[in-house]
Parts: sequence; C-alpha cells; structure tokens
Amino acid sequence: MLKLTVNDIEVEVEEGSTVLHACEAANVEIPRFCYHDKLSIAGNCRMCLVDMERAPKPIASCAMPAGEGMVIRTDTDRVKKAREGVMEFLLINHPLDCPICDQGGECDLQDQAMGYGLDCSRFDENKRAVENKHMGPLISTTMTRCIHCTRCVRFATEVAGVTELGAIGRGESVEITTYLEKALASELSANIIDLCPVGALTSKPYAFSARPWELNKTESIDVMDALGSNIRIDARGAQVMRVLPRLNEDINEEWISDKTRYAVDGLRRQRLDQPYIRGRDGRLAPATWDEAFKVIAAKLKRAKPSTMAALAGDQIDAEAMFALKTLFCKLGSGNLDCRQDGAKVGGPRAGYLFNSTIAGIDQADALLIIGSNPRVEAAVMNARIRRNWLATGMPVGVVGPIADLTYDATFLGDDPTVLVELLSGKHKFVGKLKKAKRPMIIVGMGALARPDGATLLGHAREIAEMYGVVSKNWNGFNVLHLAASRVAGLDIGFLPEKSGLDVDAMYKAAEADKLDLVWLLGADEADMTRLKNAFIVYQGHHGDNGAHHADVVLPGAAYTEKDGIYLNTEGRVQYANRAAFPPGQAREDWAILRAFAGVLGINIGFDSLDELREILFRAVPHFASRDIIKPAKWVKFGSRAKIKPNEITAAVGNFYMTCPISRASETMAECVRAMDIDQAKAAE
Amino acid sequence: MNIDARIAKDQPDNFIFSAENEKEVNRIVAKYPKGRQASAVMPLLDLAQRQHHNWIPMKAIELIAKTLDMAEIRVLEVATFYTMFNLKPVGTYFLQACTTTPCWLRGSDEIMRCVKDRYGIVSGETSNCGRFSLLEVECLGACVNAPIIQVNDDFYEDLDYATTAVLLDSLESDEPLPVGSVSGRSGSEATGGATSLAKLKPKQSGAPNA
Repeated sequence: MLKLTVNDIEVEVEEGSTVLHACEAANVEIPRFCYHDKLSIAGNCRMCLVDMERAPKPIASCAMPAGEGMVIRTDTDRVKKAREGVMEFLLINHPLDCPICDQGGECDLQDQAMGYGLDCSRFDENKRAVENKHMGPLISTTMTRCIHCTRCVRFATEVAGVTELGAIGRGESVEITTYLEKALASELSANIIDLCPVGALTSKPYAFSARPWELNKTESIDVMDALGSNIRIDARGAQVMRVLPRLNEDINEEWISDKTRYAVDGLRRQRLDQPYIRGRDGRLAPATWDEAFKVIAAKLKRAKPSTMAALAGDQIDAEAMFALKTLFCKLGSGNLDCRQDGAKVGGPRAGYLFNSTIAGIDQADALLIIGSNPRVEAAVMNARIRRNWLATGMPVGVVGPIADLTYDATFLGDDPTVLVELLSGKHKFVGKLKKAKRPMIIVGMGALARPDGATLLGHAREIAEMYGVVSKNWNGFNVLHLAASRVAGLDIGFLPEKSGLDVDAMYKAAEADKLDLVWLLGADEADMTRLKNAFIVYQGHHGDNGAHHADVVLPGAAYTEKDGIYLNTEGRVQYANRAAFPPGQAREDWAILRAFAGVLGINIGFDSLDELREILFRAVPHFASRDIIKPAKWVKFGSRAKIKPNEITAAVGNFYMTCPISRASETMAECVRAMDIDQAKAAE
Repeated sequence: MNIDARIAKDQPDNFIFSAENEKEVNRIVAKYPKGRQASAVMPLLDLAQRQHHNWIPMKAIELIAKTLDMAEIRVLEVATFYTMFNLKPVGTYFLQACTTTPCWLRGSDEIMRCVKDRYGIVSGETSNCGRFSLLEVECLGACVNAPIIQVNDDFYEDLDYATTAVLLDSLESDEPLPVGSVSGRSGSEATGGATSLAKLKPKQSGAPNA
C-alpha cells in the first residue's frame, strides 16, 4: 500500500494505482474526459490536472502513477486555472449547439463547463468543421463535437475486439473514423455512445426523441440473453424510450449488448393488446377476456389431464411459470416443459449452472468451449473472456463451428466425438487443460439442444473431473444458457413430472392426435407445425410464431411491463421492475393465470403477486435472496451413451433476432440489413 | 487539412510490391522480433510510396496491414499522421517548402511566391503540367542554411526568389542543380568561408554536403 496526501487528507492506495485513484480515495472529484475505469489510460484530454509538490507544473493525475509520500493538491488556484485553460481549448472547436444536441442534459462537457468554463469565448476565428462519419444503423455521429478523447477507439480495440475505429490525421485535423466508413461489426458497438463524453456519438434510433429529464428511470434486468445484464429502462409515459446499462461488476460491468439496448422498439410493434379467439373461418377474431377464458375452460373440461401440456418460453418471469405450474398441478397434468429448444438440461443443479460465476472467468487460465459461440450468445460475457485472453494469453479451445470470437481460439472441429478423444487424453489440447490451474469449460446449447445432448453433457462432466476443472476451491464447469427464463424454470421444476411429456414427447403426442391442449406461455420458438393438431392457447405479448398458430390468444406483459424474478445462467436471483404498463387489455402473466383459475373454480392459492411470491419462496427458498447465487453441489449428471458424430451447429444464427421482441424491432432489422450490406461488400 | 481532401478519390484497383521490393519487405520485417512486425509499418509505407510514383494508394495500405497483421485503420492512422506520406498523386518533383520560424525569417515566403508565380499553385496543389507539387511543411532540420526547399529526397538551401527560379528551371529541364546550398558554401560553414580551424585542410576537395 502507498500513502499519499491529497488536500491534507492522508489516503492509502494499492501499488499500481494512479494519482487519480488516490484523489478518489480522498473523496475528491477529478474532472475527466479521456480517462475511463475500464479502458487503458490515454492521458490526452488533460482535464484531470492536479498539483504535485515539487513538480514544476500541474500533472495529469490519470496517467501519473501514485508514489509513496506524494503530496497532491487539487484545490489550488493554479489547478483551477490550468483546468480552465484546458476547458477553453476544448471549447474552441466545440460547437455551441447544446440546444439541438441529444447529449444535452447528460453531457460530461456541459457539466464540467459549469465548473471550469468561461462565460464567453475569446476565440474569434472560425471553428473547425468535420464531416460526419457513417458508423452503422445504431450510432449517429456529429464529429464537429468530438474532443478526441479516444474512448471509443480504445473501447472498440480493447473491449469489443474489433479494431475498426481509429484517429486519423494529427493535431487540429484529427478525425475519428472507421476504415472506409464501415458499420462497426460488434455486438457491443453502441456502448461507445455511453462512453462518448460529448455529443459526437449519439444513439441513432433514439435521436431527438426525448430529453433525459423527462424520462422515468427504472432499474431492471435484461432478458435478451441469459446473462441477466443489469439495465435501466427509461420510459416516457407508457413508452419505453431506451435501455441503458447499469453497473454490476459481477455480470455486465458497464456494458450491454446492442440487442439489449435497441430491441425495445420492438415493444411498440406487433403487440397483443386484447384476447383473440380463432373463429370457424380460421381467423383470429377479437374477444373479451370472459369469452376467451370460456372457450379454454370448455376445452379443458372435455380433455383428460394427461392430454394437456404447457410450454414456457424464454423470457418468462419465475412467478408466471410457477403460477402455470401450480395451475397444471391442480388440473392434474404433469406435462410441463420450459425447454422449448429441447435442451437436455435438468437434473442436478451443477449440471445446468454457470458454476464458476461470470466474474470467475477472470481467474480462468484455460478454456474449453463446447457447442457455443459466446460472442453472439452472451456478447458482454465474451468481452470478459477476451480481456482475460488479452491479459494472460489464456488458451481457448472450441468444439463447434468456426467463428470469429474476437480472441484467438483453437478450433478442435465440429464433430462432437472429439470429446471422446479429449477424455482419452489423446488430443493435443489436453496438454493445455492439464497445465492450467483453473481450467474452465463452457457448454452451450449448440451441444445440449440436440437429441444426444445428455451424452455430450455427461462427457463434458467427465472431462471436467479428469482435468481438474472441478476442485476444492474451483468449479469451472459452466453451462451457458440462451434463455433468460431457463434456470428459473429448471429450479422451479417446470419440467415433466413422472411419466409426463417433455417437449419432444409433446410433439409426438400432438402428431398422433393424443394431445388436446397446449398452453404456450410466451413460447414462440417451439415447432408449431408439429403441434397444430392440438388446441393451442398462446399467452404472451407479441403476435409472433406462437400467436399465429394459436386458437386462443391471451395478451400478456413484456419484461418491461411487469415485476418479475429472473435467474441468470449463473443461477443469480435478480428482480426486474416494471417500467411501463402493458398495452390495452394486456395483463401481467401471473394475473391472467389467477383469473383463469377463478373461471375454472380452482383455488390456486394466491390473489396478489406478493402472495404468489410467498408460496414461491416456500417451494424454492433461494428465490427470496436477491442478487445471491445458491452454489450447486457437484454430483454426477449427464449420460455416458455413445456420441453421435453429427456435427455441432451454431445455436444462434442471427444475433439480432432471437426473440419475439427483437424480431419485431425495426432497429434490429436495420442492423441485419447493414450487416448483410457490409458482408456483400467484403465478398466483392 | 480535411482528411477526405488528403486521400485520392481515384484509386487503383490493386497494388502489389514489385519482386525486388518484395525481397526488401522481407528484409525489413525480419529486423523486428516475432509478434512485433507492426514496427515495420513506416519503412513499408515508405517503400510503397517510392514504388508507386511517390504516393500511397489505399490498396497498398490494405496490403501492408495484411503483411504486418495489423488492422487497416492502424496503418491508415500512421499514414495520415505523417505529412511525408502522400495519399494522393503528386508531381514528378514534389516540393516541400519549410516555413517554420527560421526559414520564414530568412524569406521562405519568397520561395512560396516564386512557385506560385510560375505554376499558380499553393500548398497542397499540383501544377497543371502535373510535374510539380508544393507542400508547406514544418521544420526540415536544416535551419542553419535557411530557407530550404526539399525536392523529393534532396535539400536545396539558402534560397531566395531568384535562386528558386533557377532551381525550378533546372528541374523543368530535368537537369537538377547540385544538391545543397545554392550559394556555393560548403555544408553549413560561415558565408565568408571558414573562420576557425582554417589550418585544417579537408582531406578531399569538393563540398561534403550532399
């Protein structure tokens, strides 16, 4: 530890800290533009100048390593004057267009100009003008406003792993641009909008639509992937205007993926805002809640419990799944499944959790990925793998299709029998696993959502046990889910009861005309054509795949419109909060199920969300402990059958469209188009 | 200068190093440790510029990026940072006139005026005949013999309006003046001849200032 004095306050900071850290430790705020916690140090904005004893001139605190016994002053006249000088230079070429700038109200330059700016400019010459750059469908640029902090360049290079942004020219003619103005080919690209301290990079879809002070801000949880990124939902009235990341060092740090951020415009399109019943003419006709419930109730009365089934979707909160499970239990049916992709997960918890935790990736020293492409399946987590690889050169092996992961990886082939080779110790990559102290395995849905998924899981477990992936203080065996609702569904036991049907059995039963009713709770990824003989009830928020094939549609609430509990792929319990109300007659999912139970005359045991949660906590106590992961005990799981040599395919084909919300989003469609254009150009 | 204005609009469809330069590329790259090939970016840009009529097309930047395993934008950053790299065509004779303080005090404006009078070009432009380009540059490091103009690789020193005209005449007829001071002094010695160490005779006759 180093001892420093900042403004007569003695502070201690760790070896390797900077003077800026020391000032923060002394609760002294240092203005900055180029410095950012998660990026490398550039030291080029000079806003963080402080005085150091015996130094002839002010020093840039962000770039000066803290030293033992340093005496720092931040409150001298010289510091104030120096910062004012820097600010004046920054403002020389910065346009005075705050009133028409989207950054207005949340702009670092605006805020800091309040402290260090002069009331008028001494610069009479013409300001520099820079042409705007094209950076794709998400990022709007006004490059005249750029102050060349290079945060965006550093983010793209270091975190996102796409070296496409750069600062060309020099001196006064520096310009930030991509090579030949291509769209940024990163799933994390829009984070540079948050990083930009001025209004040079702003959000294109959100352009000129709201001011920060008119928005209601709700802290919530993302459901676009299974990471459970912490987000802030900004809404104006009933409309979600934008989604921003919230700091959570254990999950998403300060980033979110472009889908998390921009799929929300899909919440305004294709919405189900009233119940529908399919009429004799085969078309869905609007109906009232009573009529819809009556049709389903009549169908249920005629059906045997063993011919009813329920499928839960990928973005459903734990409460709704628990309510539907309770309802089906009361009806006497055990045909439940929350794995519409047919993933062979379930059983012991250690076999379906990301056991090392996401933050555990930082400690890994070798990584074997089986049937997953983290870059598209969990983009934010992929940045963490990349950071570890950058810092330590961690060896990464991938069993699955070849993909650009933004770090060097050895592709061991997409034939899953390579797992047998790894197990027998014959494969070259084994040496790297053996050498590692904390090796890690990530098993994805590419491996698990196939008929022999359980076998692949079993082999992965054996590899883990053989090469020290699981030891006394370390469990590096990880399953990466795609669905935000999956772990909660598995923990609740939204799974076939004894002799109940799983999703494959449901398909077969429906095709044999032995399934009378299927309740789809936000399940849009299931193969509807195989279910078409059954009476389909679709409860959800978008007119997507499920609703198109449904006989009765019950309009539910999207993730921004309800309080809900989600467990991410680690098994971390997180509470999402409502930011807006569902449209029209749509209701929260648990309330729909409660009301329907009433129509059937079944006492489902709760009348409010709080009561529902109470029952839920009694059934699965760890759901009550917010932000906590209940660790899983390591036991045997998976099967030891023979692996079929069918090649492992990618679980996610198109990053931008994976759920009803993102499929309805115009911005996501725009991203797909831009990507196609750039790919076509590259192919030329 | 605006970046777009610095990069040629008309670009060739392809660029490859000549067989001879290919060998030179390998020799240069081999100088740097493995994994540090990016250090060769400036010599390679220079090589490409010399091969390609004194300017670097974007295809060459892409080729160099590929050769050195760098991102294209990183090579472009270097190429745009240095004024010595031309990203659009220049004349056969590329005139770089120094206008930094010592040269300016000694009359660099006269040099600029002379070029302008003859060809009607200012900094950044190429003459109609396509043989002369002018660029105003920062200190060329020969202040003792100010003012200076650099023609391709060579320095011409102690210029004024009249001697610049003589120099340009010689370039027009493709018989350039001897390199160095046009005043005839040897190297940077005093204009009136050596004032110290006068007894020491140079071992070889002739101006050692080339």
